[in-house]
Amino acid sequence: MKKQLSFTLNGSPIQVAADSHQTLLELLRESLHMTGTKEGCGEGECGACTVLVDGLAINACLYPAFEAADKNITTIEGLVEMKNKLSIIQQAFVDSGAIQCGFCTPGMILSAKALLDTQPDPSEEDIREALSGNLCRCTGYVQIIEAVKKAAVHMRDKS
Amino acid sequence: MSEYLHIGKAVPRPDGPDKAAGKAHYIHDLQRPGMLHGKIKFSDFPHARIKHIDTSKAERLPGVKVVVTAKNSPEIRLGFLRDNMALKKDKVRQYRDEVAAVAAIDPDIAAEAIDLIRVEYEPLPGVFSPLEAMKEGAPLVHETDPRGRTRSHNLLPLKYHHESGDLEEGKQAAYHVAEGEFSTPLVQQCCMGTAGCIAEFDMNNNLTLWAKTQIPFLAQRDFNRALSDMGLKGKNTRIIVPALGGGFGTGLDTHTYEYIAILLAYQTGHPVKIVYNRREEFDNLSPRQSSQTHIVQGCDRDGKLTFRQVDVLQDNGAYASWGATYPSVMMMPATSLYRVPNIFFDAKLVYTNNTYCQAMRGYGNPELTWALESNMDELAELAGIDPFEFRMLNRNEPGDTTPMGLKISTCGLKDCLETVAQKLDWNNGTKKGKNRGIGMASLIHVGGGGRIYRSDASGMILKLDDFGNVNVFYGGVEMGQGLHAVLIQVVAEALGVRPDKVFINPTDTGTCPWDVGTHASRGAFMAGNAAILAAEKLRKKIFQLAEELFPAEVEKNLEKHLEKNPGYRPPDFDIAKASKRDRFDLHEGYIFIKDAPMESWLRMDLGKLLRSAHFRPQGQMLIAEAFYDPPNEFPDFEKGMGNISSTYAFGTQGAEVEVDTETGEIMIIRMVAAHDVGRVLNPPGLKGQIYGALAQGVGYALYEELKSEEGKIQNPDFRDYKIPRTHEMDFPIDLVFIETNDNFGPFGAKGVAEPGLVPTAPAIANAIYNAVGVRIRDLPITPEKVLDALKNNKKLKTP
Repeated sequence: MKKQLSFTLNGSPIQVAADSHQTLLELLRESLHMTGTKEGCGEGECGACTVLVDGLAINACLYPAFEAADKNITTIEGLVEMKNKLSIIQQAFVDSGAIQCGFCTPGMILSAKALLDTQPDPSEEDIREALSGNLCRCTGYVQIIEAVKKAAVHMRDKS
Repeated sequence: MSEYLHIGKAVPRPDGPDKAAGKAHYIHDLQRPGMLHGKIKFSDFPHARIKHIDTSKAERLPGVKVVVTAKNSPEIRLGFLRDNMALKKDKVRQYRDEVAAVAAIDPDIAAEAIDLIRVEYEPLPGVFSPLEAMKEGAPLVHETDPRGRTRSHNLLPLKYHHESGDLEEGKQAAYHVAEGEFSTPLVQQCCMGTAGCIAEFDMNNNLTLWAKTQIPFLAQRDFNRALSDMGLKGKNTRIIVPALGGGFGTGLDTHTYEYIAILLAYQTGHPVKIVYNRREEFDNLSPRQSSQTHIVQGCDRDGKLTFRQVDVLQDNGAYASWGATYPSVMMMPATSLYRVPNIFFDAKLVYTNNTYCQAMRGYGNPELTWALESNMDELAELAGIDPFEFRMLNRNEPGDTTPMGLKISTCGLKDCLETVAQKLDWNNGTKKGKNRGIGMASLIHVGGGGRIYRSDASGMILKLDDFGNVNVFYGGVEMGQGLHAVLIQVVAEALGVRPDKVFINPTDTGTCPWDVGTHASRGAFMAGNAAILAAEKLRKKIFQLAEELFPAEVEKNLEKHLEKNPGYRPPDFDIAKASKRDRFDLHEGYIFIKDAPMESWLRMDLGKLLRSAHFRPQGQMLIAEAFYDPPNEFPDFEKGMGNISSTYAFGTQGAEVEVDTETGEIMIIRMVAAHDVGRVLNPPGLKGQIYGALAQGVGYALYEELKSEEGKIQNPDFRDYKIPRTHEMDFPIDLVFIETNDNFGPFGAKGVAEPGLVPTAPAIANAIYNAVGVRIRDLPITPEKVLDALKNNKKLKTP
């Protein structure tokens, strides 16, 4: 069954035809050609497909596309500011050596954003908890956690 | 202060911003016009004859373009023993054997079509362990070799052997002897980006393959051979490497799915993409090979090692891929970690009906070091010597030539051992409280290339453009390890330009010079040395050209300078006379005369030089190439002799752990990693390599095992196959880099990608032993194994 879905994607209203069996990940990657969101397992175990739905980090591979109706969806593409400027969290990942193969990076960054948007001064334990659903095989997480700490400081400085 | 402008600095990786923005393109993200989706039908049995394949229903499904089987497509053999086929004809030998494949207009239709293929089998008895497979009369996995000659057993026709000194003499001289049997499991590389490719033919029947590979040029050779098997002799494969999504050794093979995509693309005339989902990856991508190692070591009364005897048995699975060559690396630590005069090493590989295996980070070294460094602690205890002191006593030193013939140029092992001991407060005992202990383990690894093929070379092309930019063409692969950042630094430093003027081009066999592949921790070492050579050549060409163009250019500069500063008096300096190639230098993109006065006008922008060179009659361009083949030897693996690398990385890692004796769970309190890296090229990149490898080592030590029952993978997902998450890595890691400044390394650097994984498991196991007195000999060290061992210890102690 196909139906027209309306929702807010990265700040702009969008209307798109979706199938009842489609996941939000499939809608983003296949229908909208937004490939920044990655599929690492398709079973909600690795977090590579993390996007924000009304500010909450979810696995887009498990999230039915129909559920996105009238919601506010943020993907990695939505974090880049005007004129190709990386957001604070993205820049912190770049600066901290938190990126290697980069496949987990978009999901990691969105999990970090969900945390920092609600908890501007998280403890290391809070960060570990917020990223516990995001697998990374390259980094051992050390520089990722440093990046989130750094981003928290910069975001607090800015506000 | 460093003598270098860019070496040792945190030069950012060029792909960082795109990866952070979701703009890096992996194989999963690529589309081609008219592209079809391929899907593979795998076997239902671990060992069976194929009686009949019915593809008629699948062929009739709307949207299906073609169904291929061994019946309707040419035979393509692969693997270095040519014992594997892209599509299986008469027999399946493992669950992941490919019996058919389809190409369809979308992935769902392709999956539906696969389900419609009916295969009739005659099941055969299988063999699922090396010991079983070696028994008299065991079922044969391969009844014939690739040439059709009858086989009588399941052993692979590969010999890895080393003998040096006199083993019996070494045994006679031993006062203490420790013996142990150690094993390691199948482990999946778990790249976050799964495997995949796109194959596309043009109308001249030349192939372009977008491939997740670490060996573009060796892959080109393999695929050209396949084209020949397909009746397209003389046709060419161009390989383009997208963002990789992790390598860890998975890119050293050419894979059945790639050959199948090529077949499907040729049959349909459309580009065909095959991408594994995570389950397919766990089930069908070759993992790290499992191993069993029997080790005996002895030392004299003073603790000096007198002999080492190592026998390795490996479950090769159904076909020979790079897993079958692990012993070529195992013999390196077996013969050369610590000074041992009398050595015996032998490895046997056995075909079974289990999954076959390929490379993974460390390539045999973590397996062998697990046995060796666990056994070193056992021997130290028997000898009544502290494990740190025992290692110090037997350590390697610079200038050593080891029994295998490895020439140790620089060696920071002493510093590494002392650093770990000091950081773990070793002097105050290895027992650190109730159920708490510390342990250490060391490593030797190839640090200056690894000649596992006849060539160990890397080509490099540097091309200057009108803007003074340096375009770098290199055939090795950025997998995520940070190679491109290092390449930028080395080129900037060696040539004399700013890092932001250096651009690394995508890896493409059509444009890049030949390279043997990115493996064996060789990327930065090889690319660095090749870049230095090419930069030297380019500087010569630049300065030669500057002889002609520099004087006129600075005259113009001077005129402009005088217009702005009318009272200016230029220094008395004969520019024309000084404009000689050997007097020029290049610094941050400006050509100047080395001994000339420091005047802002007395220099020439590199871009200007290039424009002047291009836009003139009989102009010229500036390109330099280099082909670097390091001074090392292709070993004779049957004799176990040869200096495989031009320099060797050393390191020691230590762990402090606490064991919960109620649950058997192990908590890592902290880890220390001290590595002889030669020289630090890029601090954040280097840290990332060690942290990441160490984390994979923690997974290897405590969590990871690809479980196989009668050849069937039991845990093909991240729920049941646990890799470390943030909580498992919740302990401080203290990194210390020992800079030995190796003569062979680019700016003194050694390869560092694999060492962090190698000694992690034995360091943790040794710490567990110190904490609670149990010695676990088979990885991973699960709570169940620890509890069992604790119970057995109790029984032994309370008669």
